[in-house]
Amino acid sequence: MSIRVINFIKRAAAVLLFAPAVAFAAGASVHLDKAPVSTDPAALQHGAKLFVNYCLNCHSASFVRYNQLENIGLSEQLIRDNLLFAGEKTGDLMKIAMRPDESKVWFGKAPPDLTLVARARASGDGSGADWLYTYLRQFYRDTERPTGWNNVIFSNVGMPHVLWELQGEQVAKVTQNADGTTTTTLELVKPGKLSPAEYDKAMADLVSFLVWMGEPVAEKRKSIGVVVLIFLAGLFVLSYALKKNYWKDIH
Amino acid sequence: MTTKTQALLNWVDERFPLTSSIKGHLTEYYAPKNFNFWYFFGSLALLVLVIQILTGIFLVMHYKPDASLNAAGVPVAFASVEYIMREVPGGWLIRYLHSTGASAFFVVVYLHMFRGLLYGSYRKPRELIWIFGTLIFLVLMAEAFMGYLLPWGQMSFWGAQVIVNLFSAIPIIGPDLSLVIRGDYVVSDATLNRFFSFHVIAVPLVLIGLVAAHIIALHEVGSNNPDGVEIKKKKDANGIPLDGIPFHPYYTVKDIVGVVAFLFFFSAVVFFAPEAGGYFLEFNNFLPADPLTTPPHIAPVWYFTPFYSILRAVTYPLFGLDAKFWGVVAMGASVVIIAFLPWLDRSPVKSIRYKGPIFKFAVVVFVICFFILGYLGVLPPTPGRTLVSQICSVLYFAFFLAMPWYSKIDKCKPEPERVNFK
Repeated sequence: MSIRVINFIKRAAAVLLFAPAVAFAAGASVHLDKAPVSTDPAALQHGAKLFVNYCLNCHSASFVRYNQLENIGLSEQLIRDNLLFAGEKTGDLMKIAMRPDESKVWFGKAPPDLTLVARARASGDGSGADWLYTYLRQFYRDTERPTGWNNVIFSNVGMPHVLWELQGEQVAKVTQNADGTTTTTLELVKPGKLSPAEYDKAMADLVSFLVWMGEPVAEKRKSIGVVVLIFLAGLFVLSYALKKNYWKDIH
Repeated sequence: MTTKTQALLNWVDERFPLTSSIKGHLTEYYAPKNFNFWYFFGSLALLVLVIQILTGIFLVMHYKPDASLNAAGVPVAFASVEYIMREVPGGWLIRYLHSTGASAFFVVVYLHMFRGLLYGSYRKPRELIWIFGTLIFLVLMAEAFMGYLLPWGQMSFWGAQVIVNLFSAIPIIGPDLSLVIRGDYVVSDATLNRFFSFHVIAVPLVLIGLVAAHIIALHEVGSNNPDGVEIKKKKDANGIPLDGIPFHPYYTVKDIVGVVAFLFFFSAVVFFAPEAGGYFLEFNNFLPADPLTTPPHIAPVWYFTPFYSILRAVTYPLFGLDAKFWGVVAMGASVVIIAFLPWLDRSPVKSIRYKGPIFKFAVVVFVICFFILGYLGVLPPTPGRTLVSQICSVLYFAFFLAMPWYSKIDKCKPEPERVNFK
């Protein structure tokens, strides 16, 4: 065997030995705060209120009907009195009047439909809820942006901080780390209507609502699943006994 | 049986081979008595096929293959899937059964194929069963690929875009071929409609035909077993194999146990983790297809990733042809080469139980490479990852191409006269 071939084999062996290290090295990731997602009706109702008041003007939830909010404990009367502002019917979908072609001109990108945002925003870094919870709490003042706002995990985002009156104003402090990376820390310079703890709780409720909206059937699915698995476990015991009985004559 | 039902049965039997078919395929089809765990996956593959067909029938009742935008600006196809998930009674369950079923199909088929590899089920006289099986695998990949476009999410769209573009790398006919597949210059409504047509009728028909051929061929020659010895060589006075037992009732009751166990794990995914961490339902696919926004990373679904890695591993142009073309050739070859196993294996024994250390080592390396290729296929490429996938691809092919040589020189143990059964 020539030296070249031997060298190739050596190199190949070395690479294969270190293959896991190369293959499993993680890519660039962002840190996401763990979202305290709740299925408590009170939290979901509070989230629904925030969603309808602050999000539903620009973002649609075009797969959700208003009366589906009865599944989080709101009565039809409550929905009619508190959530319908422009003559919608309770069976209507949560659509918006703003046209996508116009909003694209205004914001640079049409605000996305939020029905599935909690499912679509999941990634290797965390769940979609984690991303939303982090995103909604990390807006900061940036005079270079047309809206006056920027976001730590979604830089140059087109959306202004619509919840600023609740959170207040944050500014970003960028520090240089020893390894050349930078860390952005946010500081609250002008308090909002809510304290930081209250704002975090409000965002947790809003995110919980977005998670519910992404898959309203999720809780029902899990409770049916428990019954199905218990049934199958019982059926397994019976089917195994049947097999044993049939096979006792086979030697 | 009463005389009346017997008379009816006779009436049918004179016109249709009912009793003889039941005997030939069930009550008097003699299967080796020593089937182990690995032998569940054939019947499970059939079960998943039935699940896919039944759930598919109900999905088609509400799904709309239409890429145009509805009043809310969402593609109709994408919206119809969400309509199934939210408004069709039980629709979410049917859809999750179908989406989980797609992945489950590949899980059981991979395990079923690996069983064949372990016990030499492809060896004479079962070459045709193996070839039909490889074709089933190939057709199943086409079925899964086309089905994945239908939800019309970002990954559906861009995955199809990447894969259909591969065909354009074929010299001379490539560009026209990809045009025919898409029905347009880009993945569009025309593509969605033809993929829908193929996914719900054309490919399933081929699939069912091949499955029938697979089973008819199997019942003609009889099943192999973990010892790889032919049970038909030792028969009793009535011509019944000494180590054979009637498929029904023995293997029907045994397969029921396998079916229930499988349904337990299947239901655990359907009811508690239908996305399977983004591997069965990719997160990006919850965004409607947007031809103007390319996702940062386009990854195929997990069951394609080993072959996708082989495709990406080819980075050298050759004979004046693009590296992409050779990648497509390598990917195609990596599937087709499986069909040649019956003629690549020159070992005197069938089962790994009696094969020598070289073959066992080769199988271990092959499986490790397959898993590494699968893992790398989900990740974006880096120079280090490409090198690893190149080495694993070479070893993947070496497993097959060097087999005539290493399987012959290997030190095998003698096969037993009869099957082992405790």
